[in-house]
Amino acid sequence: MSENLKKIKEITSSDYKYGFKTKIKEDRIPNGLNEDIIKKISSIKNEPKWLLEWRLKGYKHWLNMKEPKWSNLKYPKIDFQDLCYYSAPKKKKTLKSLDEVDPEILKTYDKLGIPLDEQKMLSGVAVDAVFDSVSVATTFKDTLKKAGVIFCSFSEAVQNHPELVKKYLGKIVPYTDNYYAALNSAVFSDGSFVYIPKNTKCPMELSTYFRINAANTGQFERTLIIADKKSYVSYLEGCTAPMRDENQLHAAVVELITLDDAEIKYSTVQNWYPGDKDGKGGIYNFVTKRGLCKGTNSKISWTQIETGSALTWKYPSCILKGNNSKGEFYSVALSNNYQQADTGTKMIHIGENTKSTIISKGISAGHGQQTYRGEVKIMKNAHNARNYSECDSILIGDNCGAHTFPYIDVKNSTAKMEHEATTSKIGEEQLFYCNQRGIATEDAISLIINGFCKGVFRKLPMEFAVEAQKLMEISLEGAVG
Amino acid sequence: MLDIKNLSAGVENKIILNNINLKINNGEFHVIMGTNGTGKSTLGNIITGKDNYNISNGDILYKNKSILNLTPDERACLGIFMSFQYPVAIPGVNTMHFIRTAVNSIRKSQNKNEIEPAEFIKLFKKYLQLIGLKEEFTKRNVNDGFSGGEKKRFEIVQMMLLNPKLVILDETDSGLDIDALKIVANGINNFRNKNNSFILITHYHRILKYLKPDHVHVMLNGTIVKSGDESLALELEDRGYDWIK
Repeated sequence: MSENLKKIKEITSSDYKYGFKTKIKEDRIPNGLNEDIIKKISSIKNEPKWLLEWRLKGYKHWLNMKEPKWSNLKYPKIDFQDLCYYSAPKKKKTLKSLDEVDPEILKTYDKLGIPLDEQKMLSGVAVDAVFDSVSVATTFKDTLKKAGVIFCSFSEAVQNHPELVKKYLGKIVPYTDNYYAALNSAVFSDGSFVYIPKNTKCPMELSTYFRINAANTGQFERTLIIADKKSYVSYLEGCTAPMRDENQLHAAVVELITLDDAEIKYSTVQNWYPGDKDGKGGIYNFVTKRGLCKGTNSKISWTQIETGSALTWKYPSCILKGNNSKGEFYSVALSNNYQQADTGTKMIHIGENTKSTIISKGISAGHGQQTYRGEVKIMKNAHNARNYSECDSILIGDNCGAHTFPYIDVKNSTAKMEHEATTSKIGEEQLFYCNQRGIATEDAISLIINGFCKGVFRKLPMEFAVEAQKLMEISLEGAVG
Repeated sequence: MLDIKNLSAGVENKIILNNINLKINNGEFHVIMGTNGTGKSTLGNIITGKDNYNISNGDILYKNKSILNLTPDERACLGIFMSFQYPVAIPGVNTMHFIRTAVNSIRKSQNKNEIEPAEFIKLFKKYLQLIGLKEEFTKRNVNDGFSGGEKKRFEIVQMMLLNPKLVILDETDSGLDIDALKIVANGINNFRNKNNSFILITHYHRILKYLKPDHVHVMLNGTIVKSGDESLALELEDRGYDWIK
């Protein structure tokens, strides 16, 4: 084995830097899944009857479904009856300010470098922090309120804006959509809700930090973002999770909808615990994310940096229904050690003059396996639809893999499609070139990888772009330094 | 500066270099010529520390110390530089960011502070101009989409910024038109002084008109078969290699 290969092994077999547990008392309900558990969750959350019924419909549907097997992921069978479907930090009373938040929780955020404090305020980011399943603190409510923007936890939205929730919940991702979406519909715990009113540009970037903390708790986020006519919002989602040995299930659903001339920019930095260097532990992340460009000239843009989780199963998609609507997907996914990612997007062109862009960058290191799976569908009436896809993979070391499955389905002859794909090995030649200029191997790898991802990083909000770059370095860093 | 002693090396079971002896003093300019596949580039790779070669015999002393156990970046930090025959592209990595990272790595190894960004940019632009490259090169990515000639020129810009002591020029002249050749040769001449040394690997005499080498060596089948002064290069151009074999 060459020196550089050895170095690569050292560098890529790193430990997770955000591994720690917080001691907090939690409310738990017994493990298992049945109608009583769902009723219990619904009653803890004081939900209206229609919502409970919707959950139960989701549950019944789920019971008749089979776990999907088509992905390129290998994992032991999940025992859904051995999971706990609800856990929340113990509440003393309703919280009015940050002072009332459990200091342990605040400390956890500090360790993660996510201070819920003036720094964030100064940087203009409103934070709705989801700690396990219940939102514990929110800021910036006032500024947003003045603009008429609703940004709150999903549970609050159910209580305070039931008409909006009822109108849109499950309309983009119905509970019948897929196995994990059905499961999520039955047991979703909490998440975020955003409504941007007509003619409104959201006055700040919205950000939510998710974190799984309770042992053996599946977390089932549900997010719904509605951008009314001529509105704009940029939403940032970032996650890290603490170290533990058992695999944790995460099955979130995100629904976006844009009306005429509206735009949603949804950015994710996902850094859930990936498992240790031998592939033990780590989060199983089965996510359904979909946006509907309902209005004409509307736009939805997904940007994701996926460095975490033992398993990632995620295809943020756009349904381009409105004429002239646009969908975008920019992705960087990294699989190190024994991580596996099967991720990509779907662009469904229904309206005329619809446009979609897909840029996917996959990085595999260690024993990581990386799959890009994407579908571009041009429906019969989608005249003059256009798609540009670019899928690049890079391999670091010689034990990892990259796979590409693009599906293209065109039913209208006026469509223009472009697809480019490359797979390259992080060149011994590139490394040697950097080395010969005095740059050590670990710095050279991060230089090359950051260059490879630059096009996607540029799509992130500034603050996230810096974070993403750091994350890539941390994810590839190891025994060295 | 450099003292190669009885060096034999190869890949797996194949011997590429066979008992090479070469001594280069400070301020000297050496040229190595030879037919294709005689191990000229291998010699450059081995001096700079590229992996995958077996050194079966001999030693390489740089400033009187063996460098065989040093990694390529350690050797580079000691002042060994190679202008590549085929510089590789690094997409997405900005030229300025790349060279500045390199300059600072080398400075760090010498316990020096990082170079002032403003000073660096000034130098970078100055050398680009000197070598006939446009200022927009500061915004391009390393060797990405460069023409063959641009790549060779850019190697020389890097040489000037990194300020090495031992420079290996691996066919820096190939792929350059006459005008470019003059500019590149001028750049090299400007950089030459009594404290740095050069090894130029080439097939042609034409660049030597401008560079005035001290020694010319002929390499055949992995070994140096003949050494002389510039006239040897001219003779080779005239008569080919057959008369030496």
